[in-house]
Amino acid sequence: MIRFEDVSVTYRGAARPALRDVDLVLPEGELVLVVGRTGAGKSTLLRAINGLVPHFTGGHLEGRVTVNGLDTRDHPPRDLAHVVGMVGQDPLAGFVTDTVEEELAYGMEQLAVPPQVMRKRVEETLDLLGIAELRSRPLRTLSGGQQQRVAIGSVLTMGPRVLVLDEPTSALDPTAAEDALAAITRLVHDLGVTVVVAEHRMERVVQYADRLVLLPGDGIVVSGDPATVLAHSPVAPPVVELGREAGWSPLPLSVRDARRRATALRAELVVAAGGGRDTGAPGAPVSRPPATALTASKVVVRYGDVVAVRGVDLTLQHGSVTALMGRNGSGKSSLLWALQGAGARQSGSVTVQGKDPGKLPARAARALVGLVPQSASDLLYLETVDAECAAADLESGSPTGACRALLDRIAPGIDGDRHPRDLSEGQRLSLVLAVQLIAAPEVLMLDEPTRGLDYRAKEELARIVAELAEAGKAVVIATHDVEFVAGAAGRVAVMAEGEIVADGDAAAVIGASPMFAPQVAKVLGAPWLTVAQVRAARDGILQESRP
Amino acid sequence: MSAPAASPLADRWYAYFLPRPLHPGAWWVWALGLAVAASRTTNPLILGLILAVACIVVVARRGDAPWAMAFRLYVYVGIFIVVMRVAFRIVFGGGAVGHVLFTLPEVPLPDFVTGIRLFGPVSAESLLIGFYDGLRLATMIICIGAANALANPKRLLKSVPSALYDVGSAIVVALSVFPQLAESVLRVRRARRLRGGTGKGLRALHGIAVPVLEDALDRSLLLASAMDSRGYGRAAQVTRGARLFAGACTLLGLVGVCVGVYGMLDATTPPYLGLPLLLVGLLAAIGGFVLTGRQVRRTRYRPDPWLLAETVVACSGLLVGALMYLAATVEPALLTPSLSPLQWPQISLPLVVTVLIGALPAVLAPPTPLTVEEIRSAGSRHTPAVVEVAR
Repeated sequence: MIRFEDVSVTYRGAARPALRDVDLVLPEGELVLVVGRTGAGKSTLLRAINGLVPHFTGGHLEGRVTVNGLDTRDHPPRDLAHVVGMVGQDPLAGFVTDTVEEELAYGMEQLAVPPQVMRKRVEETLDLLGIAELRSRPLRTLSGGQQQRVAIGSVLTMGPRVLVLDEPTSALDPTAAEDALAAITRLVHDLGVTVVVAEHRMERVVQYADRLVLLPGDGIVVSGDPATVLAHSPVAPPVVELGREAGWSPLPLSVRDARRRATALRAELVVAAGGGRDTGAPGAPVSRPPATALTASKVVVRYGDVVAVRGVDLTLQHGSVTALMGRNGSGKSSLLWALQGAGARQSGSVTVQGKDPGKLPARAARALVGLVPQSASDLLYLETVDAECAAADLESGSPTGACRALLDRIAPGIDGDRHPRDLSEGQRLSLVLAVQLIAAPEVLMLDEPTRGLDYRAKEELARIVAELAEAGKAVVIATHDVEFVAGAAGRVAVMAEGEIVADGDAAAVIGASPMFAPQVAKVLGAPWLTVAQVRAARDGILQESRP
Repeated sequence: MSAPAASPLADRWYAYFLPRPLHPGAWWVWALGLAVAASRTTNPLILGLILAVACIVVVARRGDAPWAMAFRLYVYVGIFIVVMRVAFRIVFGGGAVGHVLFTLPEVPLPDFVTGIRLFGPVSAESLLIGFYDGLRLATMIICIGAANALANPKRLLKSVPSALYDVGSAIVVALSVFPQLAESVLRVRRARRLRGGTGKGLRALHGIAVPVLEDALDRSLLLASAMDSRGYGRAAQVTRGARLFAGACTLLGLVGVCVGVYGMLDATTPPYLGLPLLLVGLLAAIGGFVLTGRQVRRTRYRPDPWLLAETVVACSGLLVGALMYLAATVEPALLTPSLSPLQWPQISLPLVVTVLIGALPAVLAPPTPLTVEEIRSAGSRHTPAVVEVAR
């Protein structure tokens, strides 16, 4: 179906090719998962399938890419529209019209599909994706999962044989992600569409994949059966890591596979727990007596007649890491902004060091509570990293070079002359963190920081967060990423409809939750959240049994 | 409940009145017809009648969409125009000729502003001139408002000739970009506060403009690549010459139409600039549209059909305009009531009937389906930024 023959792609001004000597055949009807670190060429590979590389992006493509027998060299993306459907990361940015029905019809209008056929296909697609009740809704008012399904539907109406999805679930909460993925797998099974998906959080998709295409990072491509490829992959979902740790072969790809093999491991771990196990959950309050960093009581945020935060009480301890979870629109962001003082707060009180950040000028507020917003790059506006650091020093009244020194501690080796937009997601986040931390706030809040980060970058972030907690800061992270929470947070608060519905130790709150439980907890049971904990416990057993 | 209709005629009658949104073009033709009729007269009785007709039809046949609710804004604008016209007459010298109603103390002005008088005597004639003129303009604007309230502006864009398709899609994209831009500005301004920025001064402008513009550029690139991947611009290739010719025809034709319409409405322009130019321009423009339309290989999803009801609505408006145009030659005195000597405006039965033809759509157009549920459910998801923008 899709054939890459000796394909190399080099962007202008790039030192090395983004893809090098790629030979790849993707047969019809498969669900192909493309994985790799940020910048390894995943997007380039996907966009080469419908000719956006090089027709739209520029750059130089050697070799041949054929889809359904059509050479992308002779067929620009618009001429492949009826063969390849392409869905980008941010569905909203790709919408051309403004209601669901018109969006579904747009592609067909361009293909000059007869009106009767169009009408029929729109109805079929509405049903296929379960969005019939949304038909005349404005696209902007849909939730993330609905938008993603509409985006899939809008290319599906053109009747493509190949569907290419670039991180379809990166912005979605776990439930919405399940919705979108269910729609995708249904297309593979019922319609025989060939689907190529790139995904950072591969734990969600890998169990459905027929084939895994791994980009290790130097432009080459490894393709094959998921279990085989994952055995040596630098990026792997927790359940695979667990399999590697326990030495299972073939590696389990789904929670179900792993659970069936885990009986021995569970028994082993019960022994370990019996031997006075210290869970050693990272981010757990350090041994010093906990001191309160922030107290919030009865916080209410409303926009018109919509109540976003409904009387929330929250206390944050120094040296703790708290994860704030909940579906999209449950009030997480509104709460963080209200606590910082930059956002609206209709009633309730927030106290940090005896002061209310909401009543202080912006400059004083940020010295109490720092917030890294969801789109972190909103904070950056200068041309180079060094200029941003210098501006941050000036804003916070720190000595010259302090921010740069902090940045080097957080993420060493960022070239000061580079434009902030040219940095990787992880590096940019580090820069914004440094800019915010230089004001020395006691409380640091991060809104969806893991968006667009690969496993390695998330580990880095977890390390940085742990160090901050070590230094006595109270850290709050609003996120959907359960695996990240399992590794980084000691306490979890779950929000729904503007209220905190669960608050407590991470293992207790997410360990038993059907939606929020990390994979390791699903395999091994509640107190075990990460592979690292399992590894530590087993090492403990080995050491005990050695003498 | 209702038994199946008995005869084919009754069937057609029933089908005719099924609720559906009419072709927006029909409402626009109807409204422009009324507006043309209003432009031919200063008689407050006729203008009042036209206003009443427009309001009745709007009330009877508008939907519940946001644009339909905007009709009252046009009415406010109309009232404002009339009040301003009359107020200006009082402030800048009502004129001492004729029946002086009252005299305000005059404000003495220096000599070099001769010809302008502040306050002073106010005559009935000058007030009436202001009132008549203002009422005429207000009526025309309210007629346009009626078209806006009755026709979905987006559907109107969708039913432009296929030659204008690209312009139409550009407008749709632009319309959806504006709220995004506003959202982006709000978001970045909030974010500025996080860095201790005050949100004032040139530095703050830089801090806001750069991320917003970067965001907008990113979005437009994403949109462009999405449109490309979805087949935009797949139309058949045509030669440069043919494209230029068709474009020139369209453009010149449209200019001709504009000048022609002006000539028609302004009685002082030479006659050849009126109807003849309008017709020639119309022909050229249509020719251009057809030529360009032929090059386009696209289809329309659920285009609004033009059925009998559309013809009825459009014709009722056109008829009012055309008859009033004729009346201007037959009964000029009725259309422009005399101010010297001052007379009560009068109206004749034929004129009343003529204007009332415009009210036919209130009964003869099929009702517009309501969308309350959709709009309400659309409000179920509010992000702070969306709510802010909506305000």
